[in-house]
Amino acid sequence: MKHNKYNKEVTGAEAVILALIDSGAHDVFGYPGGAIMPIYDALYDYQDELKHYLVRHEQGAIHAAQGYSRVSDKPGVVFATSGPGATNLITGIADAQIDSNPVICITGQVASHLIGTDAFQETDVIGISMPVTKWNIQVTTADEIAPAIAKAFYIATSGRPGPVLVDITKDAQFGKTIYKFEKCTSIRSYVPYPEIDVKSIEAAAELINSAKKPYILCGHGVLLAEAQQQIIEFAEKGNIPVASTLLGLSAFPAQHPLYVGYLGMHGNYGPNILTNECDVLIAVGMRFDDRVTGNVKTYAKQAKVVHIEIDRAEINKIVHADVPVLGDAKEALNLLTPMIKSGVNTKERKEWLDKFEVCHQIELEKVINAAVNPTSVSVKMSEVIDKLHKLSEGKAVIVTDVGQHQMIATRYYHFYDTNNNVTSGGLGTMGFGLPAAIGAKVSRPDKQVVLVVGDGGYQMTMQELGTIMDYNIPVKILMLNNNYLGMVRQWQQLFFEKRYSFTELKNPDFVAIAKAYNIKGQKVTERKDLNSALKEMLDCKEAYFLEVVVETEENVFPMVPTGASVAEIILE
Amino acid sequence: MKQTYTISVFSEDIVGLLNRVTIIFTRRHINIENIITSETEVKGIYRYTIVVTVEKERIEKIVKLIEKQVEVMKAFYHSDDEIISREIALYKVSSEAINQNEEFQRIINFYGAKIISISYDFVVVEKTSSEEKIKKLFQELEKFGILEFSRSGRVAITKPMKTLSNYLKEIEYNSKITIKTKNKHGKN
Repeated sequence: MKHNKYNKEVTGAEAVILALIDSGAHDVFGYPGGAIMPIYDALYDYQDELKHYLVRHEQGAIHAAQGYSRVSDKPGVVFATSGPGATNLITGIADAQIDSNPVICITGQVASHLIGTDAFQETDVIGISMPVTKWNIQVTTADEIAPAIAKAFYIATSGRPGPVLVDITKDAQFGKTIYKFEKCTSIRSYVPYPEIDVKSIEAAAELINSAKKPYILCGHGVLLAEAQQQIIEFAEKGNIPVASTLLGLSAFPAQHPLYVGYLGMHGNYGPNILTNECDVLIAVGMRFDDRVTGNVKTYAKQAKVVHIEIDRAEINKIVHADVPVLGDAKEALNLLTPMIKSGVNTKERKEWLDKFEVCHQIELEKVINAAVNPTSVSVKMSEVIDKLHKLSEGKAVIVTDVGQHQMIATRYYHFYDTNNNVTSGGLGTMGFGLPAAIGAKVSRPDKQVVLVVGDGGYQMTMQELGTIMDYNIPVKILMLNNNYLGMVRQWQQLFFEKRYSFTELKNPDFVAIAKAYNIKGQKVTERKDLNSALKEMLDCKEAYFLEVVVETEENVFPMVPTGASVAEIILE
Repeated sequence: MKQTYTISVFSEDIVGLLNRVTIIFTRRHINIENIITSETEVKGIYRYTIVVTVEKERIEKIVKLIEKQVEVMKAFYHSDDEIISREIALYKVSSEAINQNEEFQRIINFYGAKIISISYDFVVVEKTSSEEKIKKLFQELEKFGILEFSRSGRVAITKPMKTLSNYLKEIEYNSKITIKTKNKHGKN
């Protein structure tokens, strides 16, 4: 730590670095350019306190920052220059917004006298990012910098987290200011933690205590509220089955006897169909995404709904809440659990829990057994993930891209440890995986981080292999290569009469590409080599690239077709 | 069923915030019928009055999304019977057409409108009233030939009695609530 940094005159650029350090940032992902050069110049003197990772494209920076925030309690920080630098962040910002990731983007902007003149690399990034940020601000003087950054951290990390953007003009970076830092702890117009109405908790408890077939849906909000222990206690006390959303995975331990599986279009059989049989649905920190609900008109109509949610705009947005509980999931569960009747183990409850088991057996028979122990000549994606799960004992951080491999990975990898699932859920951003895995590994170097990626999405951000090489980031890359844009191809097969319009890929030699970046790797085409290759990948102390050539036209099942009810999930 | 709602948004005075509010409508393909902004009785707090015609179910969701904006203090929606509102309209009519025309004077008197400017070529009539009466006067004056017409947005006062400053106190109190337990990214 530099001494006496307070109350001294510094440049705006130096104030940026100091305020980031004072806000608790340790790592930054970024890319320099004209309008952010003063900040990079200031960073030069603070590299020990603020480690910067030079990515190969700004989209890589934002996804890395997202991955970084997912696996730890640290928000991600991004630097990008004005114009194209800033616009290249937008996809990732939109992804972070819809998946509630706290990310602070600092963008350089042309000098304030040039704003609005179509100057070189000028773009209205405030206007462009407005619909996809939780908050953004343009700063045009050095004095505003430290307060803006303090505010940015507070807004990004509090309440329902989200991305924020601070756009700093070049003259503000060059300007002088007396550096002071005051942490932001409240904003008068902003209520991140609504006070929980005790009456709503009482109403929820009453409903749950009178339920015969209660059912908990565990969402991302449980992870964000750090309510993992609370949801276990709540479920155990009430003897209530728990299913997870895609982003909620790893919040509730998969090995827990009350865990019944995961929800959604390609989720598990029981959790989907039994949604339409429960009598009280307890949704915790989730937003009833259309991939979870299927056709809303036929979704859980028989059930009374308790919705515990911190974002008021999510309550009654998609599904009517009979008992809305507005507030932080941990606080709400801390209040609710003591009011829950303990150890309900009536014949009815036992029958209810058994139903999930019966469904699980059906899914095993019709889908899972054949998926993990196939008799086909070609390797199946599911068996690869099953082996990965076993070899890593369910404890690895699994980062996925978007598509079939993502659904397979989240179906067949069972998360035993928390905060281990990193995926692009709401936005479904192909290309998310590789940079997000880099961020996750930087954030949690103590964890085994495995990227599961398809051959399509990988090529959207493949340039980030350069970042891995540059900083020796030991990310394990497991590519499931079917030489197709598999999920689109699956839909073409099922809903477009097998007209495979532009979904087949002519792919390069991926192992050679990895090798060019000094990353060890191999390609496996046969089942017999799979286990040893996975083991070699996991045991490798450095980055590793493993390509597994899988069946070209494997489909992901079960599946709730678009517009169908969750009860109409198809198994084959 | 669609009906007209007046949304009142109370916010900090921030550049660009109005844009954050209006894109909520744009994204949902909702047409803003009129919108005005002004400072409120509380210094530094601005009021946007927005008029839209939508279903009740939608207006509730939209208002929550507006309130979700960090710098919006509070947003309300009211149906027409819950507010008292006025609009102002200006009508430019050719002097020639109305010259010596008693009918014109009769209409102006009947509608309680005012002639606020007279020049060689035209006169300007002002009318402050409801949207409906402004339209009616427009129809009446059409026969004289309206050269130009301009109407303001809706200025509204709500009937519920709680004062803005009381709301603001409440919000300021709520904004300081922190959770007792630590969450993932907050350092509480």
